[in-house]
Amino acid sequence: MPSTINEYFQLMPFLIIGIGIILSVVIEISSKSSKEILPWFSIILFFATALYSITNISEHAVLFGGMVEVGGKPAIFNFIFNLGAMLVVMSSIGYLKKYGTYFGEYYILIQSSVLGMMVMAGSKDILMIFLGLELMSICFYVLAGINRNKLGANEAAMKYFLLGSFTTGFIVYGIALIYGTTGTTSIQNLIDNFGEYSSNIIFVTGLILFLIGFSFKIAAVPFHMWVPDVYQGSATTVTGLMSTTGKTAAFSVLIIMLTSIFTLNSANIFKPYFSAIAVLSMFFGSIVAISQNNLKRMLAYSSISHAGYMAVGLAAANSYSISGIIFYLAAYAFMNIGAFSVISIIEGENDSRTDINVYAGLNSKNPVLAAFMALFMFALAGIPPMAGFFGKYYVFVGAIESNLTWLAILGVISSMISVYFYLRVIVFMYFKDAEENFEIEVAPYSLSSVVISGVLVLMFGLFPDMLLRLITAVVSL
Amino acid sequence: MKIDLILFFLLAGIAVVTSILVITRRNAIISAVFLVLNFFALAGLYLLLNAQFISVVQIIVYAGAIMVLFLFVLMLLRTDNESPILSDKRPLKYFAILISVFVFVQIAYLLFAGKPSRNITPDEAASINSGTIQAIGKELYTNYIIPFEVAGFLLLAATIGALVLAKKKFE
Repeated sequence: MPSTINEYFQLMPFLIIGIGIILSVVIEISSKSSKEILPWFSIILFFATALYSITNISEHAVLFGGMVEVGGKPAIFNFIFNLGAMLVVMSSIGYLKKYGTYFGEYYILIQSSVLGMMVMAGSKDILMIFLGLELMSICFYVLAGINRNKLGANEAAMKYFLLGSFTTGFIVYGIALIYGTTGTTSIQNLIDNFGEYSSNIIFVTGLILFLIGFSFKIAAVPFHMWVPDVYQGSATTVTGLMSTTGKTAAFSVLIIMLTSIFTLNSANIFKPYFSAIAVLSMFFGSIVAISQNNLKRMLAYSSISHAGYMAVGLAAANSYSISGIIFYLAAYAFMNIGAFSVISIIEGENDSRTDINVYAGLNSKNPVLAAFMALFMFALAGIPPMAGFFGKYYVFVGAIESNLTWLAILGVISSMISVYFYLRVIVFMYFKDAEENFEIEVAPYSLSSVVISGVLVLMFGLFPDMLLRLITAVVSL
Repeated sequence: MKIDLILFFLLAGIAVVTSILVITRRNAIISAVFLVLNFFALAGLYLLLNAQFISVVQIIVYAGAIMVLFLFVLMLLRTDNESPILSDKRPLKYFAILISVFVFVQIAYLLFAGKPSRNITPDEAASINSGTIQAIGKELYTNYIIPFEVAGFLLLAATIGALVLAKKKFE
């Protein structure tokens, strides 16, 4: 059916970013001062989109004959993606100077990857999921290896690319089987006829292949092998983007695909699968992170364990746990971006100074940075009243609601283990003397990125109702 | 015997023979050339099924672009120590056979138990029309306009990414 002009206006978030990408390419080609313009242009784009999404959250609609969904859940995800990307761009301005180069393409690729995430979160058709995923992943592969002079970055990009392509194969194979058994790629059709389809073994095989592919993207054990090397090798700001918004996008797809289970009370046939990856990820991430001395690598393992906590919500699969996951994703995005921004400020040339020893005595050198780092570490550990606590709390309440109390208990044990390595950073910052002397150059934009993340983490922690009310209003849509 | 039946057996025969040749040749380049031939036979089969668009895409994209890329890579790499599948002694071979059988079973299952796309009807005239370039263009620019645009952005991002990674001067 022909689409009306009104439908295009409702696509505003996509239009802003899409037109922004094309304008950025033109600016980069034609303007000599693109170095000054492009970062700010990206920041304005992301901020405008985030603002538009969060204010138009109630305008829920499915457009273009069941292709895209706007408003509702996608609006909240768009808010996380765009605000996260905005903060990452802000800390990139100072960070990229350490490489001594300017990459105009860096900002264009970040914009493209955000467009890909928005397509994923707003898709109502498996075709859209696939296109969005590829758009996001291809940008990430390049961004991971943007500093070609560094061996670690090349390794990260290569590993991410090879394993990511392999996973794409799984996802496409799964999609092919789903299409083969149902004859359609429409997700609405899957939701409506899920009961009928789920008796078909080939359909379930397809869905499992699809879930395996996305388990790789959310970095859950046993599909985590790439995470530590990629997160450590990539540029710090890029890692901040990949580990937060990228993970959020992958979770948004899992939530979309399993909506029928969540809303129509169909039997959750994937409960064993998600319980298994949840337990493995939680414990593997928390235990291995203890022995890490590189902060980026430690946060990579912590990212694995956080994926595990969120997977608890997918195993529980009720509307509590889904709102919990979305809240958790928002909280996790801002505390992790904040932590990575601090790391990117402390980091020296050529990715030196990412070890935990460097943080010894940070409090005496730069009390502001130390205070914010401590805030993010407390939040990641899930200590109240930080945002991280409520994320875990809602997810575990959802698990108990679905009679998965044992999973919630294991989650609590694992997060107690994880407190050790988060607090270790704080101990280094406050109770140890500096081993080496170096100048910390704090770029004003990077610091404002840290401050904004810190304020958001505190705000979500002190007034969790504010965000949670928005989420629960749209979670069943 | 009807002409399309004769053509079918001819093309299917070529497809089967060439695909066997692909896995039994010692020289990887010769295997690749047989694979090109196999793709041409498949394109002919698509044409017999009134899927003109897929047939053309098969020749342009697979036989043209992808296989040329394959041949380039194979010619750049040295592949002397490849042994044909029958004399291969590695245990990996049995794993490969297992996966092939698994995929074959799935395809066979889908062939007999799968549902056709909603756009395909038993009505022959309608199915011919749904395969024309005109019909595909119409679908692409109405129902699938958003995925089409997103694919455009995907290509743009891939081009920019390739430029970043291949830039000669790293300033």
